[in-house]
Amino acid sequence: MKILKIFLIIYLLVNFSQLKSDEKNSELKNSILKNIRCLICQGQSVYDSESDFASSIKLIVNKKINEGMSEEKIYEFLREKYGDWVIYDPELNKNTYILWLLPLLLFLVGGAIMRKNLIFKK
Amino acid sequence: MKNKINIIIIFIFLIFCFIIFYKGLDKPNTYTPKTNTEKNLPIFKAKDFTLNTYINSENVFIEESYYIVNIWASWCVPCRKEHPLLMELSSDQSIKLIGLNYRDNLNNAKKFIDELGNPYTQILIDKDGTLAVEFGAYGVPETFLIDKNKRIIKKFTGPINKKIVEEIKIIVK
Repeated sequence: MKILKIFLIIYLLVNFSQLKSDEKNSELKNSILKNIRCLICQGQSVYDSESDFASSIKLIVNKKINEGMSEEKIYEFLREKYGDWVIYDPELNKNTYILWLLPLLLFLVGGAIMRKNLIFKK
Repeated sequence: MKNKINIIIIFIFLIFCFIIFYKGLDKPNTYTPKTNTEKNLPIFKAKDFTLNTYINSENVFIEESYYIVNIWASWCVPCRKEHPLLMELSSDQSIKLIGLNYRDNLNNAKKFIDELGNPYTQILIDKDGTLAVEFGAYGVPETFLIDKNKRIIKKFTGPINKKIVEEIKIIVK
């Protein structure tokens, strides 16, 4: 009876860790899918879309996660196939410098103008 | 003087915004990935359409010749339109055509081939569309030209036309 209890506890522990790992993979999968643009839909992520393209991408992402591929590697794989556009969150490179730096530049210029005006008013 | 400088700065900024938005108007709101970038051929395993057995990609692209990978489906109307041109290309001995049957019903696909002819040296089944993703396709039909070094050198989105056929013939010559 005692042995049976020990086996039952081990069985539950193994299954619980498996469930935890599945849950973690599912969260990772969803966060990746929400960051991938559906190329044939307008303004929809792969996560939100039910198109053929989106369902193929969902299968591919699932497969890559199960193979142990990291989030960054999956994005790299998709970028190689479809270009930077496929990822909602573009990385900083020579094509995206303006995209990343222009808002910062405008913020700094705006801040400087406001500061100057405030000092001038004082 | 200071006011003039401010007006000039605002004017330049407005012109800059105008140019960006004006340029944006010309661009289509659907995205087309670059078609001229060279890519390595993906490594994959797929089911053969006629033999119904699995085959590795290295056993598909075995010969030292140009290959064309055409993604098609029986439910795809533009595929029907481009089919005669694929038949024309298949008569060129320097090109081998590989068909990738995309998310299709096997019986319908067989009927399609029986009705319109088979331009392909081999047809692979892509039941869930994942193989098309490995090639970087996002729709159907799409056609990829593969050189003798087994690199994807060109991609044609949508049905091929006479002009594309001529372009392919010039490349493989």
